[in-house]
Amino acid sequence: MTHSTDAAAPSLDALRDHLDAHPDPAAREWCRQALAEAADHPGGHGPITAWELRLAEAGRRCGSRHADAARVLILHAAHAGTAALTRVYRQGTAAERRAVLLALPHLVSGPDALPLVEDALRTNDTRLIAAAVGPYAARHLDAHSWRHAVLKCLFTGVPVDAVAGLAQRAHADAELARMLTDFAAERTAADRPVPSGLYRVLALAGPETRKES
Amino acid sequence: MRLFDPHIHMTSRTTDDYQAMRAAGIRALVEPSFWLGQPRTSPASFLDYFDSLLGWEPFRAAQHGIAHHCTLALNPKEANDPRCAAVLDELPRYLVKDQVVAVGEIGYDSMTPAEDKALAAQLQLATDHGLPALVHTPHRDKLAGLRRTLDAVRESALPMDRVLVDHLNETTVEEAKDSGCWLGFSVYPDTKMDERRMVEILRAYGPEKVLVNSAADWGRSDPLKTRAVADLMLAEGFTEDDVDRVLWRNPVAFYGLSGRLDLDVAPPDATHEGNSLARGGE
Repeated sequence: MTHSTDAAAPSLDALRDHLDAHPDPAAREWCRQALAEAADHPGGHGPITAWELRLAEAGRRCGSRHADAARVLILHAAHAGTAALTRVYRQGTAAERRAVLLALPHLVSGPDALPLVEDALRTNDTRLIAAAVGPYAARHLDAHSWRHAVLKCLFTGVPVDAVAGLAQRAHADAELARMLTDFAAERTAADRPVPSGLYRVLALAGPETRKES
Repeated sequence: MRLFDPHIHMTSRTTDDYQAMRAAGIRALVEPSFWLGQPRTSPASFLDYFDSLLGWEPFRAAQHGIAHHCTLALNPKEANDPRCAAVLDELPRYLVKDQVVAVGEIGYDSMTPAEDKALAAQLQLATDHGLPALVHTPHRDKLAGLRRTLDAVRESALPMDRVLVDHLNETTVEEAKDSGCWLGFSVYPDTKMDERRMVEILRAYGPEKVLVNSAADWGRSDPLKTRAVADLMLAEGFTEDDVDRVLWRNPVAFYGLSGRLDLDVAPPDATHEGNSLARGGE
């Protein structure tokens, strides 16, 4: 596994550093308290847990530039498992759903959270698609779904840099190469530009590609 | 010219509208939840609609450089259908979301006991969640509806200065202004209010606490009516500062009471960071 070096997968430490660098002391303090609360009271009492409320309000408390990091760390501090992540995803705004997707590789080891990734890949919301193709998808999506996820990124304008484990999973994938070639032909026939990332992925998937890391 | 449409139902509008709105100067909008034309039959279809107002619709708006916020509620018309009333129990978990800047549209449609109950319950929800309220005044029997609306607000825990009373006209503006609430006017092609009457009302009552919206939806309506009002205000001798006050600063001040207005919007970038949106501060 070389996913930790993917641009698509910031480590928890990188997220903590990002939050610690927040210019507003009040926002830093809010984050500190929210994380402590999630760690101390991960369980439910009442209709909604305290950390789920913090998750919902993270955008207005610490600003949209830091909300992803705060939300992923809250989910991590609360040790949210598949059931809690599924609930938060289903009841969440697009921003909360995105955070759940970003948190998956840190919180779920098996494939049981895949329905959330599949749900996000059915949307046309590029914020969700980009978060769905992270290391969790690289680890668990089957070949057919993964190839379609790559193609969907190219269709919707999500840079292929967002796709975790791209080189490893695309390596010598003849079917992916065929799909990309067909897509390029379709675009060319229509006199439309071919997305720039396509040829990069094609180079990885083609038979002549040698493994690089 | 920067414009804010404080009441528009974008779910019913096309991408052409978004494009034209941005070109006309509209940089921010609030989409209140309301009736869809076709009656709903269960809380589940409300929840999908709320999810859309918190997910897909802001994404669409951001692609055109427009900040999208929403107000959520059980609308007065459907408050009368017992199959839908259970959505009131689901609202608390939605009212904590970042992009929700008020409870609304609430108010009266036919002034029934069920509407009384839903209005009171939702004014309390607004109080509990630190949110202002967007209150619609009825199409039929409007002045009586306004009085009953203001009474309901006075009986609630929500202060009048955290309430925007909408769809006002010549017959209701004075009593609404005297109450201390915020004053909303929906400018339509041919019904509620037009831009010429709007300018006359501004001349008579001043710009304080006045918000002008298009309330554009699936009916005959025009998403560029905020711009039409701005243009006519300038043509009729109002200053650019007056226009900015009515069509930007007033809606920012009212919805800013929520503490959740984030007006900086960039088209969603698709990198892993995703959030290139800066915090709003205007």
